[in-house]
Amino acid sequence: MAERFDVVVVGAGPAGATAALVAARAGLSVCLLERGPFPGSKNMYGGVIYGRILDQVLPGWFDEAPVQRWITRRSTMVTTDDQALTIDFRNGAWSRAPYNGATAFRADFDGWLAGKAEEAGATLVCATTATGLLRGGDGRVVGVRTDRPDGDIEAGLVIAADGVNSFLAKEAGLYPHFSAEHITLGAKEVLHLGRDEIDRRFGLRDLEGLDIEMLGCTQGIAGGGFLYTNLESIAVGVVLSVTGLARSGLRPEQVIAGMKQHPAIAPYVEGGELVEYSAHLIPEGGYRVMAELAGDGLLVTGDAAGLCLAAGLWLEGVNFAIGSGLAAAQTAVEALAAGDTSAAGLAGYRRRLERSFVLQDHRKLRRAPDLLLSDRVQRLYPQLTCDVAEGIFTVENPSRKRGLARVALDAVRRSPVRVRDLARDSLTMLRSYG
Amino acid sequence: MSRRWGGPSFEDRMATVDFRVAPTAHITVDSDVCRSCTTKACVTACPANLFVPTSDGGVLFNYEQCFECGTCYLVCDEAGALTWTYPEGGHGVVLRRS
Repeated sequence: MAERFDVVVVGAGPAGATAALVAARAGLSVCLLERGPFPGSKNMYGGVIYGRILDQVLPGWFDEAPVQRWITRRSTMVTTDDQALTIDFRNGAWSRAPYNGATAFRADFDGWLAGKAEEAGATLVCATTATGLLRGGDGRVVGVRTDRPDGDIEAGLVIAADGVNSFLAKEAGLYPHFSAEHITLGAKEVLHLGRDEIDRRFGLRDLEGLDIEMLGCTQGIAGGGFLYTNLESIAVGVVLSVTGLARSGLRPEQVIAGMKQHPAIAPYVEGGELVEYSAHLIPEGGYRVMAELAGDGLLVTGDAAGLCLAAGLWLEGVNFAIGSGLAAAQTAVEALAAGDTSAAGLAGYRRRLERSFVLQDHRKLRRAPDLLLSDRVQRLYPQLTCDVAEGIFTVENPSRKRGLARVALDAVRRSPVRVRDLARDSLTMLRSYG
Repeated sequence: MSRRWGGPSFEDRMATVDFRVAPTAHITVDSDVCRSCTTKACVTACPANLFVPTSDGGVLFNYEQCFECGTCYLVCDEAGALTWTYPEGGHGVVLRRS
């Protein structure tokens, strides 16, 4: 006999756990399905959680969330083969409540959040893969099939939080633009260094943490690199355009190895002992290619909807997952009360997201993903930027100083960047980031 | 194979990851179709190095140490060569520090 719930949420990551928590709190019967043996066991990221949205769901969350370190140093590094220009911002306030960003192991964090959903009354069912959608006579989604014996679960509404590959959104026909062109592969090494060594090496104390995002260290493959601190280990990895990786003929761990040999990175990772290697896809296409958010009886959230924000300066996903899970649950409560879970009845989901940072940020930054993966941003601008820095800081006596404008002009003249492209990209950046 | 690039051997790298191997494969490869594939991008792009070209132009694979990322089906150029689903519940990769 099939079990029946008001809502079945597929995937106990941040989107699904938040949706389950909020729906259960509102009095709905909720089943939270997780295919891994425990929440977070399939999850990997690159890797800062910006938890401000949790203030609305779990006030005071930062006093109990299983965090590794609080980010107090945020660096953006632009590299060429032999150069690196880093903007390094430190903020002491970020080491105190209410904090800003945190590093965490997803097995810990996702498990904690799913536990909150359970406390609110949701039924967490692990080690169970949703294998497809259950359809009613009129074609609308009325539940999910699972790989358990007699595993059909009927529900008034299904919330797909099944991650970047979202087989459910695709099966429902809600992800027409899903394509390798908009997906990157993240590959990451967790290297043990010990707490004291990390504090010394990165100039940190207590639970302070560092996050470095890098551009131009991926051997010509569009993407970037990252390095951040856990309590006792650092995580270092690359994010690579899947199609670019395929064309390059390089292996992901080779690209990581190359990055780790960069003169600006090598001293940071030296002596680290590999304790876990992992890889995961990231939906980076943003606003223009994301999934349709609602179908008849179905809402799509988090990575499953392509809601990761990959905008260079800002690389965020967990917060967008939580924000969308929250909106999905609020919509579910409303739609079930009104007795209309058709796509039209669920239209409030999109309206909610349009009023929240989730779609406001995505719409504003809709041009960013293409720009960031362009050869100019990946290769030419890093070279140009580093050449300007080199020109400024190289003392060429007996020649006199050239002056900043002259240095910049010389660098632009030497660069293969076309002024027309530079002007156009500057405008795009202004429209996106301004 | 990655010695040249420094760091641990690929076997040691994968030995850091916990896999609860399912009794049945969640990936299938039709090696006959692979024979007509000129890129065989799965062979290099798969982060777990699960795909191995054979001397007769096909592709051998194993599913046991799969990260379940999906890169293989995204880079696969040949229609019908590769199917990919999630392994059965409770099986496959188990990450703890990622």
